[in-house]
Amino acid sequence: MSDNSATSMVAMTRAELTKLVRRPASWVLLASAVTLSQVFGYVIPYLSYRSGPGAPMTDGQTPEQLLAGTLPAEVVTNTTSAFPVFAGALALVLGALVSGTEFTGDTVKTLFTQGPRRSAVFGAQVVALVVATGVGVLVLFATCAASGAGIALAEGQPMDWPTLGALASGLGSGWLVMAMWATIGAALGVLLRSVALPIGLGVVWILGIENLISAVAGTSLEALKPLRDVLPGVNAGSLIVSVIPAQTGPLPPGVQDAVGGGRGLVTVAAYVLVAAVAMVAVVRRRDVA
Amino acid sequence: MSTDAVISAEALTKRYGSVVAVDGVDLTVRRGEAFGFLGPNGAGKTTTLRMLLGLVRPSSGRASILGRPPGDPDALRRTGSLIEGPGFYPYLSGRTNLELMARYAAVPASRVMPALEAVDLAGRAGDRFGSYSLGMKQRLGVAAALLKDPELVILDEPTNGLDPQGMRDMRALIADLGDQGRTVILSSHLMQEVQAVCQRVAVIDHGHIVTVGTVEELRGQPDLEVRATPSDTALATLRALSYVESVRPDGGHLVVTVPTRHTADVTRELVAAGVAVTGLRRTERQLEDVFFDLTSQSGSASDATQEPSHV
Repeated sequence: MSDNSATSMVAMTRAELTKLVRRPASWVLLASAVTLSQVFGYVIPYLSYRSGPGAPMTDGQTPEQLLAGTLPAEVVTNTTSAFPVFAGALALVLGALVSGTEFTGDTVKTLFTQGPRRSAVFGAQVVALVVATGVGVLVLFATCAASGAGIALAEGQPMDWPTLGALASGLGSGWLVMAMWATIGAALGVLLRSVALPIGLGVVWILGIENLISAVAGTSLEALKPLRDVLPGVNAGSLIVSVIPAQTGPLPPGVQDAVGGGRGLVTVAAYVLVAAVAMVAVVRRRDVA
Repeated sequence: MSTDAVISAEALTKRYGSVVAVDGVDLTVRRGEAFGFLGPNGAGKTTTLRMLLGLVRPSSGRASILGRPPGDPDALRRTGSLIEGPGFYPYLSGRTNLELMARYAAVPASRVMPALEAVDLAGRAGDRFGSYSLGMKQRLGVAAALLKDPELVILDEPTNGLDPQGMRDMRALIADLGDQGRTVILSSHLMQEVQAVCQRVAVIDHGHIVTVGTVEELRGQPDLEVRATPSDTALATLRALSYVESVRPDGGHLVVTVPTRHTADVTRELVAAGVAVTGLRRTERQLEDVFFDLTSQSGSASDATQEPSHV
């Protein structure tokens, strides 16, 4: 890449980040992700713990187990365990919004006639999405850490944090998973040149079809296992399971070790690459009508 | 192709399935001229411009813009364009939108305010694009076209949504661009707009270029409208004159096609023949008349096919 190309790529990435920061939907999605992680990771378990052994929604766990699940030692689990499915769906929505609105708002025409290379415009969009998901992961981590520390202080529990290595591998893997869903969303936005359709298809896929295939492949129809083992959500789940501490409590749906952490890592990274390349390849060739 | 051609197109064609939106367009736009691209809705104007800007790939034919192939980044950086309405981010202000576009165009942000001032939008620069009126959105689109201080400006229906004052201001702005030595291509279905601003005009209909020429060439020489009695003597006298190209009765008067320099001769000959001349005036053909003549010959201006869009 020449100096000029690198400079313009940086300028375009900054422009994409500006759009992301100023877009109200980005904040709505981030707020939704934080709310979900707080409610399911801290609020419900802590209220159940405070309600004693007979409380509803304990999923068979003792009050001590519920409390342990909210303490700082579990911050990586609480931050990342929703990434393969629920938070991933929000990342996919963000990706589809970022790329799809360029077509529905007709801004792609204005962008392309300014003179940048088409691949650079959407390359910058992918980079901005990866950065944005990284920031989102850090925000989720910070809020989870704050809640965990608050509960530990309130309950007089030890403030045992994961090691730096565990934090780095956990948050790094979580970032990769979120970046994968965001890039897939962006690729769908470009392929379908819209917003509603990629969001609808993507969310149905993540929340419904993947889980259905996984369930069927794991029970009645083993012939589907090879297909299951290449699904993005399944690999994301396997990657996340490999970087969180051994679990005593239940994990969210879709988070299970189906293919192993190593294969999950490679597959998730491959999805990021394939989605980005497909998106750029399509946008380079297609008419802007 | 002419060496001073800023835009050249040869047999440029675009098909969408069985629909031929642009059919073998040959076009040359010379440096420094204001060129009008006239045609009814769906005639192929916008598709042609999209091909020139590299937004749409031609099915066949070839084109160059500023000596480069369509879509070439270097050519696009020297070209300002507004194609089929402005496309900006509704949640950003007009100024921020242009600052973003400046980054994509690799031009300094200091170009933004002069561009907004040129379209009289500086006072509302901080307002969200989504809150702009249609006319303000259109003006922001023109401001984006000016951002790069372009040597070639392509404006597709730039007065859409503007009120009469806005339309007048836009025409003045386009005339200024021409006066500054820029090449301007103005695509419009508004004849008066093109007639007021452009030196040369191409008329396109059903994807074909119907004619190309200067505005004067297309309008031709003005006719002479003569009111005289007795009219049959006047008709016979005029038909006998060698320099009169044609005479036809039209209602209560005669329409005479005759070179302007022979106007006084016509009057003199009629009086000499004992005809009382009660009225005499030059009637100039408007571009609109020419346009309707041409498009009615090639098809129709009213039943233009719609350009297909993607599904």
